[in-house]
Amino acid sequence: MFYREAGQFKTTYAADMAVFPVLQDRIGIGVILVVAFVALPLFGNDFLINAVMIPFLVFSLAAIGLNILTGYTGLLSLGTGAFMGIGAYACYKLTTIFPNVNILVWVIASGCFSAAVGALFGLPSLRIKGFYLAVATLAAQFFLQWCFIRVPWLYNYNSSGAIEVPQRTLFGLPVTGATATATTRYLVVLTIVVVMTWIASNLVRGRIGRTWMAVRDMDIAAELIGIRLLQTKLSAFAVSSFYCGVAGALMVFLWYGGAESEVFDINQSFFVLFMVIIGGLGSLIGSFMGAALIFILPIILRAAPEALGLPLRAATVEHLTFITVGALIIGFLVLEPMGLARLWQVGKQKLRVWPFPY
Amino acid sequence: MEQTCRKSGSACFRRGDYRFADKGMRRGNMQPDGQGARKTPVESKGRLKMRLKHFVLGTVFAAGAAVLVPSLASAADTIYVPLLTYRTGAFSGSGAPIANGMADYLNMLNERDGGIGGVKVAVEECETGYDTKKGIECYESIKNKNPIVINPYSTGITLQIIPKAAVDKIPILSMAYGLSASADGNTFPWIFNPPSTYWDGASVFVKYVGQQLGGLDKLKGKKLGLVYLDAPYGKEPIPLLEQLAKDYGFELKLYPVPAPDMQNQSALWLGVRRDRPDYIYLQGFGAMNPTAVKEAAKINFPMDHLIGNWWAGNEDDARPAGEGSKGYLSLDFNQVGQNFPVIQDILKHVVDKGKSQVTAKDRVGENFYNRGVLNSMIIAEAIRNAQKLTGKKVITGEDMRRGLESLNITEARLKELGMDGFAAPFRVSCSDHNGHHSVFMAKWDGAKWVKASDWIEPIKDKVVPLIDTAAKDYATSNAGWPKRSEACDKAS
Amino acid sequence: MDILYKVFIDPFMQMGAAPDLLVQTMWEGLVAGVLYALIALGFVLIFKASGVFNFAQGIMVVFAALTLVGLYERGIPAFVALGITIVAMYGLAFGVERLVLRPLVNQPDIILFMATFGLTYFLIGLGELVFGGEPKVMIAEQLYLPKGAIDLKILGGLVSLQKIDIAAAVIASIMVVGLGLFFQKTRIGRALRAVADSHQAALSVGISLEQIWVVVWFAAGIVALATGIMWGARSDVSFALQILALKALPVLILGGFTSIPGAIVGGVVIGVGEKLGEFYWGPLLGNGIESWLAYVIALIFLLFRPQGLFGERIIERI
Repeated sequence: MFYREAGQFKTTYAADMAVFPVLQDRIGIGVILVVAFVALPLFGNDFLINAVMIPFLVFSLAAIGLNILTGYTGLLSLGTGAFMGIGAYACYKLTTIFPNVNILVWVIASGCFSAAVGALFGLPSLRIKGFYLAVATLAAQFFLQWCFIRVPWLYNYNSSGAIEVPQRTLFGLPVTGATATATTRYLVVLTIVVVMTWIASNLVRGRIGRTWMAVRDMDIAAELIGIRLLQTKLSAFAVSSFYCGVAGALMVFLWYGGAESEVFDINQSFFVLFMVIIGGLGSLIGSFMGAALIFILPIILRAAPEALGLPLRAATVEHLTFITVGALIIGFLVLEPMGLARLWQVGKQKLRVWPFPY
Repeated sequence: MEQTCRKSGSACFRRGDYRFADKGMRRGNMQPDGQGARKTPVESKGRLKMRLKHFVLGTVFAAGAAVLVPSLASAADTIYVPLLTYRTGAFSGSGAPIANGMADYLNMLNERDGGIGGVKVAVEECETGYDTKKGIECYESIKNKNPIVINPYSTGITLQIIPKAAVDKIPILSMAYGLSASADGNTFPWIFNPPSTYWDGASVFVKYVGQQLGGLDKLKGKKLGLVYLDAPYGKEPIPLLEQLAKDYGFELKLYPVPAPDMQNQSALWLGVRRDRPDYIYLQGFGAMNPTAVKEAAKINFPMDHLIGNWWAGNEDDARPAGEGSKGYLSLDFNQVGQNFPVIQDILKHVVDKGKSQVTAKDRVGENFYNRGVLNSMIIAEAIRNAQKLTGKKVITGEDMRRGLESLNITEARLKELGMDGFAAPFRVSCSDHNGHHSVFMAKWDGAKWVKASDWIEPIKDKVVPLIDTAAKDYATSNAGWPKRSEACDKAS
Repeated sequence: MDILYKVFIDPFMQMGAAPDLLVQTMWEGLVAGVLYALIALGFVLIFKASGVFNFAQGIMVVFAALTLVGLYERGIPAFVALGITIVAMYGLAFGVERLVLRPLVNQPDIILFMATFGLTYFLIGLGELVFGGEPKVMIAEQLYLPKGAIDLKILGGLVSLQKIDIAAAVIASIMVVGLGLFFQKTRIGRALRAVADSHQAALSVGISLEQIWVVVWFAAGIVALATGIMWGARSDVSFALQILALKALPVLILGGFTSIPGAIVGGVVIGVGEKLGEFYWGPLLGNGIESWLAYVIALIFLLFRPQGLFGERIIERI
């Protein structure tokens, strides 16, 4: 009743092919953006913004990156953590070599470094497919993590091997470093994530996205109709690593405030892969939902016993969190293997015909 | 996903229909009204499951959202001391006894004395698993509950929190770990790491080797090896050891152990066998240590030439190697055993009443357990100092900082606390947040640790200038590092 | 020029100069390889029969070892504890088949892969909750596993072979031979091979897929238990072991995902290659290259033979 397209006539081709053809969708997006940009900074408390929203946005961006590679192009990658790390370390080097340039420029530029390395490690994808390619990306993951420790130039010969984020300002407000307020950092991250999601959305609906999906569906057939496999696969790796690199730079500069090589280990890769699978392969909104579930769920689980008044020890809570997350992952996959995005889609479909059942 | 079909001919089940982008509408699977994929009977039953699932999910998320608001700080007249601990993960072998010692001492004070200065201490553990990410998450979540001090118990987490300490006005107590350079109180007014830094420990190692060889000049031409965890914690002593290698003419060989390969060190120790260093310093933690000691025993490396730092001195580090680990040495600054009035009090008031998380009573008094007790003793004494300085009962982080800065544990005070002989007296000052105190060598006799040497002083005239330089470098490389603005309570 | 010398000539000269160290390194590599191969064996068993890439194999190793040691610590004699652990692994196999495999039948591989991830997390939490997260010492003596070493004074130096490593190699070979015989000679083994070939054909001749899956996961559980005992005896039983299971992936790449002898051969090649590489070429790169060397070896191998040494050739059809 509320979500019908009845009465909304499209008079141009462009309007017909719009990303959000239904007016209610556009209103919905507008509301979400207003809540995110205005309501949350005004009414949200520090913990919510700092420990929930900023990491959620950062992980969503990384999940979008991995989704482009695994969901849209079908190339399983376990090297996400390392690509995020390249972005972070590249940004660190750039900003320490050129401290006067705006930090946002360097955050975006670090994505380019990540894209280059990603394309390099994507070269084997022409020969190797499926799970075997996952092992190739694992090689990238472990090798790059080793480099982060073993190449002292990357962390400016710091004796501890960890990098500290220097203070940088944007329009006079400190945006990185310990003095930056949560709200400032949150707004910067939100802006970058919104812009990059918009770009990703256009990419996957355009020609490049269609070549990716063609390669995913059957790469031999794609090659037969004239899609250049190497270019397509490398572009998938490059774009995906770009997103992961920017996410990594954001993570270190605007969330953690520092990093060491352990931050970008194999568990980080698995973490992002979980988000993509649970959220739904091949779906941008799925990346957001997956990030929300995988990241926020443990926080809720950790806070729940305290809020409910159960006197559980911290270690027990941690164990129970693991058990619950594992069981929920299995449960989700059993109930809806195609992820949360499919649930959302089904939900929207139901809304369109509500109150009728079909 | 690439679906390679191993069956012959047309028997391949095409799993393509699940692909998301075309929503299963391939190959004539459309419903007559074009509204989507045709629904099979199985799918209709699935819809019922879906509805149930939506309901369950919705409830879960609603409940979850409700608990997202962090709970308010506990009752007004308690002092909140969070303990960042790890009882899970690869480092839990080291983390659990420390956590037990820390919690038990503070709980003992609550039980026996009714708290500190009449105010009870609210102890809360936050599980980090030695993971920097979780450590930062813990920090963010406890920040709002007015903690008076943070014990990160991980060099990695400490490094991340150091810049935030001054801004959030919460002092960090990184007892004998963390950033060695943070001993400089003028650059790091909010960080404290008594009684010794890693650089002090490494210098004691070199001094001890010199003693064994008959003088520091005999070090010339010898080979000293450093087996370390390939992480910020492990790399801490390297600058000092390189400096001492230059000064005394010995060769330093580095053997890093990557964290994922902690239990797979055989190639590394073969390298040790090839290089034949004279003495080895073990800067390890967690599951790395027992494996290292076992491998050293396997290659018949003389155990009394294997010296671990104070975090490689857990009983569980030496025990697994069995007979082969007899003679293994470790730096230490607290005694082991239950023969101290303070440990007896802990047994009486906490362990016997079932309020402790120790797995067995005889684990009370182990090396790391007593280390944790010492850590909590520092916290308690600093709280007392802060209460005296400010006259308040319930203190804040800033008061705690002043309390930590005026820490002066004398021989007499140790006796009052029931810790006579437990540890050496120590003090910090405004400019020196560490004190560079002595440590001793403990030897593993196959069943327990025994004190095997006198208290050895670190080579302060080498360590202190390096710390000053390192602190200056830290401040310059982190542009905008605030100059110390906190007043000093007494002349130092 | 200097670099070329260092990379191509010097290591071989070192090998020649100290042959006892060479043999020792190769032995260490062999032992590590055998242990990797045992983990890979569990993977292969499950992949062969159900097409699932069981990421939870690593945690099954830890869980089996923990159960054994935990039961022993609670006062149960060693071999009784061993028996109870075997029953527990059967229970785990049954539970997994019922709750994870059956509902996810016919789903794409990656979904099943993810489900095993969920299983991993679940087992980590459960293991830590029931047995505690602290590392434990494997009850090697109580299981009559040998201790000590055999020192061979050959080749001008000392080559020391730990008896527990020899025992590990022997047990691994017995397992491989036993599994090979099981697959070739018994009825259930034939059924397993039939299921591995084609699920639908196996169903059509009356083989119960569910039963086969339980058997296979149980067998993988036994292999995991053996691996856990061996590896726990060498270092100790802690959750750090689970990360080592990732090393089995290069082994699988080399050996092929579906071949049991391939797992052993791959394991040995990776183990020896890794240790030799770390020992002789590691110092050139600053040490610690063990963490990625195995994967790079596998990657280079893949570029030339994508299906592994013994794997089935992948024929793609349109």
